Amino acid sequence: MAATATREEIEGRVFEALQEFGAEPDAITPDATFESLDVDSLDLVELAQIVEDEYGVQLKGEDMEGVATVRQAVDLVMSKLG
Amino acid sequence: MNGRPDGSALVTGASRGIGAAIARALAKEGWPVGVNYRSDSEAADAVVEEITGAGGRAKALQGDVSEPATADALFTALEEEFGPVLVLVNNAGVRADGLSPQIDDEDWDKVIDTNLSAAFRLTRRALRPMIRNRYGRVVNIASIVGAVRGNAGQANYAASKAGLVAMTRTVAAEVARRGVTVNAVAPGLIDTDMTEGIGENLLEHVPARRAGTPDEVAECVRFLASDGAAYVNGVCLTVDGGLTA
Repeated sequence: MAATATREEIEGRVFEALQEFGAEPDAITPDATFESLDVDSLDLVELAQIVEDEYGVQLKGEDMEGVATVRQAVDLVMSKLG
Repeated sequence: MNGRPDGSALVTGASRGIGAAIARALAKEGWPVGVNYRSDSEAADAVVEEITGAGGRAKALQGDVSEPATADALFTALEEEFGPVLVLVNNAGVRADGLSPQIDDEDWDKVIDTNLSAAFRLTRRALRPMIRNRYGRVVNIASIVGAVRGNAGQANYAASKAGLVAMTRTVAAEVARRGVTVNAVAPGLIDTDMTEGIGENLLEHVPARRAGTPDEVAECVRFLASDGAAYVNGVCLTVDGGLTA
């Protein structure tokens, strides 16, 4: 069951999570790559969990493949929301 | 207790033997404990009563871990009562022995499902609260059979336990950064229902010349689940009176 949320809300939550994972706040832009932010696969697993817990959106492993930038992650979540 | 987040502990197969001893030991450390059992509700209730009688907290949780839906059900029930599961002890185990030509598919599958696949499913589920809380202790009860040596007549059991140890090491490497440790304990000959009927002649090979007790295995789990063991990760701690030394 997917909750609804605006793109701003999702972006904000993703930015918040990335900071939690140690990314430099100034470096977090939509086009930043996870690699440049030092965000790795374990961080992304946790991000998927946050998204599932808070927005009811399930992100499977195969969904996450090819998600390399912040924008792509937000796009993915938005595409799964109702 | 000592700066660790509030949460609970789940021990599978905890109505008797090693599982019951582990449940008691963790309760003594201050963890509220989910005492999982498959069918012996009376025995599970007795374990809960013993724990609460001694001032601890516990809840009996029915569930056959070999069924996929059980993991979520156990976690939901336990978390509702006592908070996020931060300690998981995969203890539930079965055996269905025979020489390989005589082990049929059912006996093979049953042992792999309960001893290995169930442990994976429960671990996968446990990583959710553990990763988010930056704290977790997974302890997998393996066996010297499989983890250290083979044992004629136990191809399925040995395979399941060897798999459990490999899984332990791999998951440890994945989540160590989040303050989660994943370790295994490999008991040798322990005095429980599972080893009933295993002959005296085996004891001759045990340097300690006796079987171990469930409490002696529980002590290993208590240590690995403690705050102090935070830097111990991906190990298999043998507790066998010197048998495989």
